[in-house]
Amino acid sequence: MGMTKEQIAQRIARELRDGYYVNLGIGIPTLVANYIPSGMSVVLQSENGLLGMGPFPFDGEEDADLINAGKQTITTLPGSVFFDSAMSFGMIRAGKVDLTVLGAMEVSQDGDIANWKIPGKMVKGMGGAMDLVASARNIIVAMMHTNPKGESKLLPACQLPLTGIRCVKRIVSDLAVLDVHDGVFHLLERAPGVSVDYIKERTAGTLVVQGEIPEIIF
Amino acid sequence: MNKVVLGADQAISDIEDGAVIMLGGFGLCGIPENCIAALVRKKVKHLTCISNNAGVDDFGIGLMLQQRQVKKMISSYVGENAEFERQLLSGELEVELIPQGTLATRCLAAGYGMPAIYTPAGVGTEVAAGKEVRTFNGKEFLMEMAFNADFAIVKAWRGDTQGNLIFRATSRNFNPLMAMAGKLTIAEVEELVPVGELDPDHIHTPGIYVHRIFKGSNYEKRIEQRTTRIR
Repeated sequence: MGMTKEQIAQRIARELRDGYYVNLGIGIPTLVANYIPSGMSVVLQSENGLLGMGPFPFDGEEDADLINAGKQTITTLPGSVFFDSAMSFGMIRAGKVDLTVLGAMEVSQDGDIANWKIPGKMVKGMGGAMDLVASARNIIVAMMHTNPKGESKLLPACQLPLTGIRCVKRIVSDLAVLDVHDGVFHLLERAPGVSVDYIKERTAGTLVVQGEIPEIIF
Repeated sequence: MNKVVLGADQAISDIEDGAVIMLGGFGLCGIPENCIAALVRKKVKHLTCISNNAGVDDFGIGLMLQQRQVKKMISSYVGENAEFERQLLSGELEVELIPQGTLATRCLAAGYGMPAIYTPAGVGTEVAAGKEVRTFNGKEFLMEMAFNADFAIVKAWRGDTQGNLIFRATSRNFNPLMAMAGKLTIAEVEELVPVGELDPDHIHTPGIYVHRIFKGSNYEKRIEQRTTRIR
């Protein structure tokens, strides 16, 4: 039931516009790059210091000096540019990046996001996530609607340590597309074969459903 | 003016127990491999290391963690290192996790002679604890202090005998920022050229920020995530 990770990425790709500068986080967000509509010019920013991220290199052409923020070997494209980490976060902080897509462990109905720490369990760090969510003009979260136990990850308030507050604008989960504003989740679209009631049952935060909710078509 | 030293052991010879050192690199990309190996050989201890990451178990700063040389890490992301996680959870290692842009900009501030910066990163989170919050144009910002490090150790692609540096691709990352921020900056380079060979328009770090330079050797340049596509 619900969308695959590839379908989530495919749906998020429909939010891209020609000329956008986009930062894609690790995991599902990275897959969005595979669905950029042909003919559309989108420049990918990698916060370790690259604008114009290209595809993975051909086997045998890996360059240890050329990686993305997920530490994967990548390539450049015509027009690519390298810069240091301060300029990288400078362009993020100054609002030059049009869209940020990242994953989340929890999102609250106020738009708060938690994705960097599970006390006593996981201590990997926030990396660039706190900078991105504090500054990006437009943030889309790609996430699973529930955890493996079936509990909702869309909550009245986040339980885990926060990454940022009042910043998430839109969520594309495996079950639905939702907007976050005015302190509630707004249901916009349903995943193929998923009913409104099914989404309601799995959304712990307040969910507003207005009118007919269209099903996503692939 | 003689900034050129013979090698890593001479370059780091006056780094003593308890020093605060910055190390350039993002993951294992652009790390000062030669100086890390020399620090391990010197067995210097109780170090505070400012570096975006903490290496992996058997490479990079991970080599120093194995020898229990690090007292405190200041980083933004420390995944991919089991020994690090073990020392952290057992309380042997002190860790301060800070947002990556804050880390970069605190280096920048030190190199630009500014005592502090304001950033929105971390507002409303546990990163904000104990920090001054100021509102500009209706938005909240945290005051973050410039770093104050005894030594900065960076890796560049090319350098000249006056310490001018050029970096390559994404191995630039934190290196030019930390080069500016250290009270004493050590640069290891893949290629060391005579003064005048580098085009002044192409230099990323002016030599005024660099105190010691040497040609490194035997770079492993380990890749963390080798990702390729089929031709």
